[in-house]
Amino acid sequence: MTIRKTILDKGSDILNVYCTAGYPKLDNTGTILKSLSSQGVDLIELGMPYSDPLADGETIQRSSQIALQNGLTLDILFGQVKEAREHTSTPIIAMGYYNQMLQYGVERFLSRSHDSGIQGLIIPDLPMDIYERDYQHLFVKYNMEISFLITPLTSDERIHQADKLSTAFIYVVSQTSITGKQGVISIAQKKYFERIESMNLVSPRLIGFGIHDRMTYNQACKYSHGAIVGSAFIRSLDVENVEGSIETFVNGLR
Amino acid sequence: MTTNNKYAVSPEGYYGDFGGSYIPEMLYANIENLRKVYIEISQEPTFQEEFQVLLRDYVGRPSPLYLSKKLSQKHGAKIYLKREDLNHTGAHKINNTIGQILLAQRLGKQRIIAETGAGQHGVATATVCALMGLKCIVYMGEVDIARQAPNVARMRMLGAEVRPATSGSKTLKDATNEAIRDWINNAEDTHYIIGSAIGPHPYPDMVTRFQSVISEEIKYQLKEKTGNENPDYVVACVGGGSNAAGAFYHFLDHESTQLILAEAAGEGIGSGRSAATSILGTKGVIHGCKTLLMQTSDGQIVEPHSVSAGLDYPGIGPLHAHLIDIGRATVHPATDEEAIQAMLYLSREEGIIPALETAHALAILDKMTFNPKDTVVLCLSGRGDKDLNTIMNYLDQQ
Repeated sequence: MTIRKTILDKGSDILNVYCTAGYPKLDNTGTILKSLSSQGVDLIELGMPYSDPLADGETIQRSSQIALQNGLTLDILFGQVKEAREHTSTPIIAMGYYNQMLQYGVERFLSRSHDSGIQGLIIPDLPMDIYERDYQHLFVKYNMEISFLITPLTSDERIHQADKLSTAFIYVVSQTSITGKQGVISIAQKKYFERIESMNLVSPRLIGFGIHDRMTYNQACKYSHGAIVGSAFIRSLDVENVEGSIETFVNGLR
Repeated sequence: MTTNNKYAVSPEGYYGDFGGSYIPEMLYANIENLRKVYIEISQEPTFQEEFQVLLRDYVGRPSPLYLSKKLSQKHGAKIYLKREDLNHTGAHKINNTIGQILLAQRLGKQRIIAETGAGQHGVATATVCALMGLKCIVYMGEVDIARQAPNVARMRMLGAEVRPATSGSKTLKDATNEAIRDWINNAEDTHYIIGSAIGPHPYPDMVTRFQSVISEEIKYQLKEKTGNENPDYVVACVGGGSNAAGAFYHFLDHESTQLILAEAAGEGIGSGRSAATSILGTKGVIHGCKTLLMQTSDGQIVEPHSVSAGLDYPGIGPLHAHLIDIGRATVHPATDEEAIQAMLYLSREEGIIPALETAHALAILDKMTFNPKDTVVLCLSGRGDKDLNTIMNYLDQQ
């Protein structure tokens, strides 16, 4: 099933959990994908570790650095996903940076992603106009969904552009910040979520950045189709008991 | 400011295949706003007047163009040094920070952030923030904080907060990452003063324009001294590339002026500890622009090495990448050792202590052959006081 259909079929309270491939140990990727799936999360965002992740806070930076030190490469990552795909069907959207895709070769990158069982991509530093001009046809060719980000500073015109171009969901960045902030949802954020909600966008919306506990998750779900939890999940992973810590974390959210 | 045509940035921010703006959505509004207004604001008469007066009375411009007899004799050509080291704060960096602080004021920003490698850009930013009464935060790699201690002290003295970048190689690349993250977190009240001709469009063009005063002065100074405004060679060191961009700008369309870049070979091109981007780099995206950078086949950015903190960067400005790509500029690498020797030579023969960055430009003169009639202008981008610790340690080991 596609990412979009998964979201639309359930309609609300979508839980999308972010994990970094190759972290905490190189071969934990498969275990984490399988456990998240058996805990019933709706979507998995799989981080492709990058040396210079500009949009990410300390937690995801550090997990990426460790994953790279563990020896993770894109080829290993694709192999891990392919192996895990034999045991789980939870849709996977991979998150990486434009330079990774560019160096690997965009078409090869899309083809390998597709073959391994990744259904969608989030590339935060790939501009929408460049995607539309150079890559949209390749994403179609390889059946790859894509999500674009919007923030409180994104103009209505660009929100509509993101709505038109996103084939998975619109990634609603909850605040103008990098990932990993902790705190409550402010009144200004609620107003922003309401503004986006009232725009009658075609694409489903998931709220991410700063969603770290049951309260922020529930609040995000009130204003959208669901939420993405990343840094809080990475922080919760117990290297000695990966599966147990995942169960505790997911149960703590809902 | 006159603009050249053939090598000018395209409306979308490209120099040939290089440049553009590859940034997360969180920065889009800021960058787009800058792109819309940077030319208009910087060409307003009141802006220009304030800029020119500050360059003259505060920075001390024009900087002298000095004929070095010793270097001329040694290399068999007329070698002029463009003395950017004599600017207030000791390097060319202040030309750009004066321009950008005036822009930030007009944009109503209250907080300034910057990245710095050698600390020269950090000092130049802290200086203009003190002058204009704006809050200043400078990101600097932990390794650079240790090797450029005098500049860290100067920034603090000037009232800036120096925040260590502790990720990656803990040098200029990582300081730039941290500054970009700070800007994402503080998009509305903060202006990011990038110090090199790097970053998303319009930064490379904006920094180049503010630095272009260097070549504007070279032109008329050389005309006064030799009767000809165009030299045969312009030589500059390149890390990100701001002094080279400024020294080249008004000669770009004058094709018979050869443009020469000196890059940091570190411990040698093949040593695994180098920052020779034009040789070791391939096309990719770093800090928001498409350019040449040192990376793995998986697109992971490689950690560079140079004894000089200002050149210790795995990328190069997109303008330079383009000039190299089409053969308009030539690059020569200089190793740590060659740069140190060139630094000692100029100190002992001319009584000028150049920055380690600049010393790379001096070092590559040895790799070139000149005709006795040639006129060479070398951009002496900064002074070397900040590097004395590095050099003393080196001499002690000899």
